[in-house]
Amino acid sequence: MSGEHLEITVEHKPTYGFYILIWLVLMMLTGVTVAVAGINFGNITIATALTIAIIKSYLVLTFFMHLKTETATFKIFVGVALLFLLISIALLFSDYSFL
Amino acid sequence: MHNNGHSVSYLDYKGKHSGIFAWILSTDHKRIDLLYLMASLLFFAVGVTFGFLMRLELIAPGKTIMDAQTYNSFFTLHGIIMIFLFVIPGLPAVFGNFFLPILIGAKDVAFPRINLLSWWLYILGALLAVISVFLPGGPADTGWTFYIPYSIRSTTNVMPALMAAFILGFSSILTGLNFIVTIHRMRAPGMTFFRMPLFAWSLYATAWVQILATPIIGITLLLVSIERAFGVGLFDPALGGDPVLYQHLFWIYSHPAVYIMILPAMGVISEIIPVFSHRTIFGYKFIAFSSLAIALFGSMVWAHHMFTVGMSETAQIIFSLLTFLVAIPSAIKIFNWVATLYKGSISTDAPLLYALGFIFLFSIGGFTGLIQGALSVNMHIHDTSFIVAHFHYVMFGGTGFGIFAAMHYWFPKMFGKMYNMKTAKTGFWFLFVGFNTLYFPMFVMGWLGMPRRYYDYLPEFHIYHLVSTIGSWILIVGLIIMFTNFYKALRSKTSYTAINPWGGETLEWTIQNKPSLENFEVIPTITAGPYEYKDNEENLMKEDS
Amino acid sequence: MSSIAEHTVEHIHRDDVGSRLGMWLFLFTELVLFGGMFLVYAVYRFTYPHEFHVAAKELNTSVGALNTIILLTSSLTIVLSIIAIRKNNKFLSVFFQIFTMVLAFGFLINKYFEWNIKIHHGIFPGSEILLAKGNGEILFFGLYYVMTGLHALHVGIGMLLIEVMTGLTIKGRINSTNYVRLEAAGLYWHLVDIIWIFLFPLFYLIT
Ligand code: HEM
Ligand SMILES: [Cu+2]
Repeated sequence: MSGEHLEITVEHKPTYGFYILIWLVLMMLTGVTVAVAGINFGNITIATALTIAIIKSYLVLTFFMHLKTETATFKIFVGVALLFLLISIALLFSDYSFL
Repeated sequence: MHNNGHSVSYLDYKGKHSGIFAWILSTDHKRIDLLYLMASLLFFAVGVTFGFLMRLELIAPGKTIMDAQTYNSFFTLHGIIMIFLFVIPGLPAVFGNFFLPILIGAKDVAFPRINLLSWWLYILGALLAVISVFLPGGPADTGWTFYIPYSIRSTTNVMPALMAAFILGFSSILTGLNFIVTIHRMRAPGMTFFRMPLFAWSLYATAWVQILATPIIGITLLLVSIERAFGVGLFDPALGGDPVLYQHLFWIYSHPAVYIMILPAMGVISEIIPVFSHRTIFGYKFIAFSSLAIALFGSMVWAHHMFTVGMSETAQIIFSLLTFLVAIPSAIKIFNWVATLYKGSISTDAPLLYALGFIFLFSIGGFTGLIQGALSVNMHIHDTSFIVAHFHYVMFGGTGFGIFAAMHYWFPKMFGKMYNMKTAKTGFWFLFVGFNTLYFPMFVMGWLGMPRRYYDYLPEFHIYHLVSTIGSWILIVGLIIMFTNFYKALRSKTSYTAINPWGGETLEWTIQNKPSLENFEVIPTITAGPYEYKDNEENLMKEDS
Repeated sequence: MSSIAEHTVEHIHRDDVGSRLGMWLFLFTELVLFGGMFLVYAVYRFTYPHEFHVAAKELNTSVGALNTIILLTSSLTIVLSIIAIRKNNKFLSVFFQIFTMVLAFGFLINKYFEWNIKIHHGIFPGSEILLAKGNGEILFFGLYYVMTGLHALHVGIGMLLIEVMTGLTIKGRINSTNYVRLEAAGLYWHLVDIIWIFLFPLFYLIT
């Protein structure tokens, strides 16, 4: 691979506006999550809060962290890391959710 | 620079720094390797000394040479040193550092400076561990497992020990990070993933475990230190915390950690077996993928260390089942190694002896692991010396012998000297016999009820302990024979110039002994897999038809 | 003949993709580090749902929300600084980097006052008021201090990192053809942001 070292990933022309848009969406989601937290949904309160948090992180990962324009390797790597966390929490709760 | 196609060796070139700084500030992966090698062998010697003294204490019932508190500190220090300072860095940081770049046709690892940083963190962690011994308060006595609540109550120097383990974890993470990027980005032209030697594959799988699992123990030990220092309620049952949760977190790392230890050793064996039987490895892809499978399943079995703590029944059954599954990929490897040996033209030099020793001892360790994985049996043998025997068979018989195999295999390449083959074989037999005499009795007495971490015992166990202690002496004689053999070879004036003494087909055997700074004069282009042995395979084909 | 500068090897070899790959791997370790604490949080919340609920009422949602806004904005400004340098606009890039640091500093100030108020109310590890509360609440505040504390530490480290990048940008060592270090610092900064995205609802919004 030594010959290909200076390869530069295909860059779509980056624009300021696009990222400001993403930021606006993130702000909106923050507003929503705070507003919704006031309402008592009972058990699904935490689920809504987490869903919104996941959407927000997805946006940050994909756009701010440029995962979208990286090669498949990067995406698989992130998948592996998340899978590890998922396995850990699922198996951990095999102890705590059953008595 | 050129000298009849022979460049200055990595031991001799002059870099930016001189004197000792040419070493401790070097970013050359081969020099860093030697730093790691020397440091980890030093700690091994210290660890063996603790083990020897513990065995001496156990030679007869009652107090023999030390009191209970000293014994507790000794097994703690022995455990911490052996795990974090010897077997975990033993193969990746030592031999991986030297040979990974060479095996894939690269000049160095991806981040040489981070490589050096990782060594320095290792030394820092080791220093903290040493300091914890001498500070007032006395060395930690919690066992290397730091179980709650004792680890927040013990008045010994638990804090520096925790910090040491934390820092050593980061050293290990950085090595893993370096290796993954090196493998992804620095392979020589033509070196596809499936042309990589199996040692590289095993390091790759190991590196993932290092990166993903180690931070869990890092944070867990950090939480314990914070709890100790500031009285924050986290695990302490007096504050509502859950000690079993601590155990979960501890083993989420520490079970995969045994794969950090064993996977690279399996990689070494996969290098040695085809070379010494002069055959293509049987089932290359199976071995490669089984490393990944072990890394994956290995992160799903941690709670088999906790069957007696009162987990939910569901959890017990799941973890027991998964434990049986994780044995499959290991068994695949053993099957493939044996299949490679079959009909090979075998040369029984020292590296192969150690590799066979590995297979034998690791198999015993693995099978007894399955025995412990069965729920009902586990209740009977949990926390007995059966467990101590099991993990020594895996960690010492497995990883330890793997390290010795690697030393005998790569010694001529690294140092341009050759050890005495006969002495090496004698050393092996002492080690092998000593090992089994030392640890096999522990299986028996554990089965009969001898608890672990006890400095005293009932008279009926005396005979087993006596035999075991004698075994430790035989083993230590073996170690002395092995290391003096190496030492003599290093001191000898005759240098060894044959670049391919064993007939290997991987890249390290194509370059000069004591490789140069950049390893290769010209980066090679790879056109075939690592263990072709075409001539020999053709002969076999003829025989068969 | 035998004098070879070790460093030549490194400098010839420049691999931006590799550097980013390395950075991502490092981020995973940070992710798992916090992941471990989230595991602890999850188990204790599962064990003491009611007490967590009560304890969370002590936290000030507006302060948390403000800090969320600050961090999200700083995530934007660091992205913008990278675009600026790619467009060879050094001035704008430095401006955005400094802006990011100011925001980070604001976050820490905010955090400082938040903790200060808690401590004034007598809620801190080992305090009598806290120990008088139920086990679940002790654990909640234990986790609150440790998790937001470690997160704040990361904000601080991120600030220092960006500061170094600003220096390099001004010196021209980070420029429109070589900006991978700024990208790496940016990645780190976004991760700190993502962790906060989860800390915020789990501590401030479960009332
Ligand atoms: C690669 C080599 C070795 C490794 C990785 C290793 C690892 C360990 C570990 C992790 C423990 C458990 C410590 C604890 O309970 O907290 C242990 C205990 C022990 N080891 Fe080793 N060890 C090795 C070599 C040796 C040697 C060479 C000896 C004897 C000469 C030895 C004798 C013992 C003894 C007596 C115990 C204490 C058992 C007990 O009371 O529970 N080990 N070892
Ligand atoms: Cu295990």
